[in-house]
Amino acid sequence: MNFELTQERQMLQDSLQRYLRDKYTTETRNAILQSEAGMSEEIWQQLADLGVIAALFAEEQGGFGGAGFDLAVVFEALGRAGVVEPFMETAILAGGLIARLGNPAQQDLLDRLMAGGLQLAFAHGEPTGRYDLTHVATTAHAQDDTILLTGRKAVVFNAERADMLVVSARESGAVDDPEGLSLFLVPKDTPGLGIQGYALLAGGRAAEVTLEQVRLGAQARLGAPGQAAEAITAQIAAACVAQTAETLGAMETACALTKDYLMTRKQFGRPIGSFQALAHRMSDVLIEMEQARSAVINAAGHLEAAPAQRERFVSAAKNLIGRVGRLVAEESIQLHGGIAMTQEYELAHIAKRIVMADHRFGDVDHHLERFIAFSAA
Amino acid sequence: MDLSYSDAEKAFRKEVRQFLDQNLPDDLRDKVRRGKDLGKEGHERWHRILNERGWLAPNWPKKFGGAEWNAVQRHIFEEEAAAASAPRIVPFGLSMLAPVLQKFGSKAQQDHWLPRILSGEDWWCQGYSEPGAGSDLASLKTTAVKEGGHYVVNGQKTWTTLGQHANMIFCLVRTDSAVKQQEGISFLLIDMNSPGVEVRPIVLLDGGAEVNEVWLTDVKVPLENLVGEENKGWTYAKYLLTHERTNIAGVGFSQAGLAAVKRIAAAEMANGRPLIENPHFAARVAQIEIDLMAMATTNLRMISRAAAGTAPGVESSMLKVKGTIIRQAINDLARRAGGVYAMPFASEALEGANDMVPDPLSAGPVAAQYFNNRKLSIFGGSNEIQRSIIAKESLRGGA
Ligand SMILES: Cc1cc2nc3c(=O)[nH]c(=O)nc-3n(C[C@H](O)[C@H](O)[C@H](O)COP(=O)(O)OP(=O)(O)OC[C@H]3O[C@@H](n4cnc5c(N)ncnc54)[C@H](O)[C@@H]3O)c2cc1C
Repeated sequence: MNFELTQERQMLQDSLQRYLRDKYTTETRNAILQSEAGMSEEIWQQLADLGVIAALFAEEQGGFGGAGFDLAVVFEALGRAGVVEPFMETAILAGGLIARLGNPAQQDLLDRLMAGGLQLAFAHGEPTGRYDLTHVATTAHAQDDTILLTGRKAVVFNAERADMLVVSARESGAVDDPEGLSLFLVPKDTPGLGIQGYALLAGGRAAEVTLEQVRLGAQARLGAPGQAAEAITAQIAAACVAQTAETLGAMETACALTKDYLMTRKQFGRPIGSFQALAHRMSDVLIEMEQARSAVINAAGHLEAAPAQRERFVSAAKNLIGRVGRLVAEESIQLHGGIAMTQEYELAHIAKRIVMADHRFGDVDHHLERFIAFSAA
Repeated sequence: MDLSYSDAEKAFRKEVRQFLDQNLPDDLRDKVRRGKDLGKEGHERWHRILNERGWLAPNWPKKFGGAEWNAVQRHIFEEEAAAASAPRIVPFGLSMLAPVLQKFGSKAQQDHWLPRILSGEDWWCQGYSEPGAGSDLASLKTTAVKEGGHYVVNGQKTWTTLGQHANMIFCLVRTDSAVKQQEGISFLLIDMNSPGVEVRPIVLLDGGAEVNEVWLTDVKVPLENLVGEENKGWTYAKYLLTHERTNIAGVGFSQAGLAAVKRIAAAEMANGRPLIENPHFAARVAQIEIDLMAMATTNLRMISRAAAGTAPGVESSMLKVKGTIIRQAINDLARRAGGVYAMPFASEALEGANDMVPDPLSAGPVAAQYFNNRKLSIFGGSNEIQRSIIAKESLRGGA
């Protein structure tokens, strides 16, 4: 057993943290949140130049990382700073699926992606699907050399900015059948593709995506027809590792802000952290933080394991981070008092990142049920 | 012990329900249901409607134009109003300042200010907190100095709820710095249109603008705007706080909130079935409903005891703590129920402008409300401060 980061990962973490500390200040970030685009192209490019995207891909894919611990290191740093730029969408979800399933021509996209020159989105979840990974009613009809996509996708992150969407659609089977799912690369200007965007509460933008007889060539398909479910599950597992690490980073920031505030804010002539009622609650939060870190390590360390084992650890982490994240966010706000309620203060954004993370890729209850299912198997 | 309502109480409930049915404007009901800002006009309209019926001031004595309802009547009204999605009554003039004026104000002050609260001519806000004086309110620094037939006030108030709509603010100010903190505080009524008053909005984490900073620079306040005696303001403030905490349990809000959770969860599908049928989610709902049923009775027990003459002290602290825990838990459930559609920032600008954006749950901004209501355990005396009060009272004498 060894709980130290490798030297490469340590260096990546250091340079990333240094960059974000200098460049991604509360003021800069809050300005990005208020901007129409909801993200900064400049910061995106600079982070790509630092190797952030390439670190999320394996060497044979043209990157220099790609393992669970690489994802965790990068996303924890992003989470600490409350970064809203769409690395999850572009690199882990859509990019990861291209890397996993794409033919050589499709794989060529990855070079551009790692250099920062491509933005992607993953259009998968649907309005009545909640967190169910195989619930896809969108259909793909293949005839000769053309494929027609029809359906609707819900809350698709980064859809407006994306140059291409990776869209899931059903070629056969019932609406929640794992068999029959395919993935397609859809360029953003394809006729029939509708994108209605909106801001998200925790930063960034998403959209409702409609597909009305979207006509594609057969070369738009990623992988074999009807066989995408396994890759989707595996890539969502990677996304869960990235996201739990990101949330852990945000939780670290919430704790740091709260500890500072407890020692500096004075009421009744003394620092409020000297009131035992608050000190003990901070202690409980710190205990749970150690549990949270371990859960993320467990999941990251099993990302390359066999699917059943991998999913069990991923769901365990997602469940635990959901629970502890809520505790950390709520306690941080409460221990601060009124100041934490103001949008301007760093904690406001961080708390929203933490809590809203439970609404992506399945919440606490969803992953509890999955954990039970995978444990029985 | 009799848990059933009397015939008179049942008739009263019917009367309230009928009134709400006939008089609550649809646009206001809709806004409340969707968690939208009513705006100044919306609040004023609802106040006017209640005032015309004589129900705007449930706890005021009849001689001041109140309804003088008993605890059960108030409870019935709160329940029905919340169930009908009626707007909350802005409390600052009606249930905070008015009781103080009725007990400690001069006849002239009562005659002048109370009718204006009922008519809506004045919109009051509460100027207690300061940047350095939150839980430790007695450390407040805003000063009032008597000078040439006026008080001259300098300082900064903060967190002033709906101060942007207000024309009057009641403030705690320091009139003597030489004595013990609590003994140098006075209770002053300040016209917000006076020169030297500046209101700056504070945007909260949900994006809403409901609180403000109020800066006071050389503001001249007529001497007759002092309530009661100089340097006795702390006594009045404490009296006010016990009134601030009536209805603090928010049982009606919780009942309406829980009903909304069930609505959302019936519409939201999880694994091909309504979420409300999911055992984990159903268990969460049931757990809160059990707590809330007990809370409703705790609330009634405590407020009837207070009505019987016991001063509300520990009881109101208990109601505040448990009531806010339950309300926040319900907000948390509503957020969970929303699933992926809890994530969009549901701004007013978005609505109508974008009819493709779904509101499959027609639940409004559930996540924004979850964050906004974190305030419930912070303001009105934080839950930690309330727990200290409970402990101090109940551990006294080692009993
Ligand atoms: C949305 C909102 C609306 C508000 N509206 C108004 C208004 O209209 N008018 C007005 O005057 N004020 C208003 N307030 C202010 C509110 O009353 C204060 O926020 C509250 O008194 C707490 O003060 P604080 O925020 O300075 O926190 P602090 O007092 O600094 O408290 C920080 C933390 O320390 C804890 N703490 C403090 N002292 C102790 C102790 N002795 N023992 C244990 N724990 C302790 C608190 O519970 C809290 O967790 C509002 C606040 C909010 C958030």
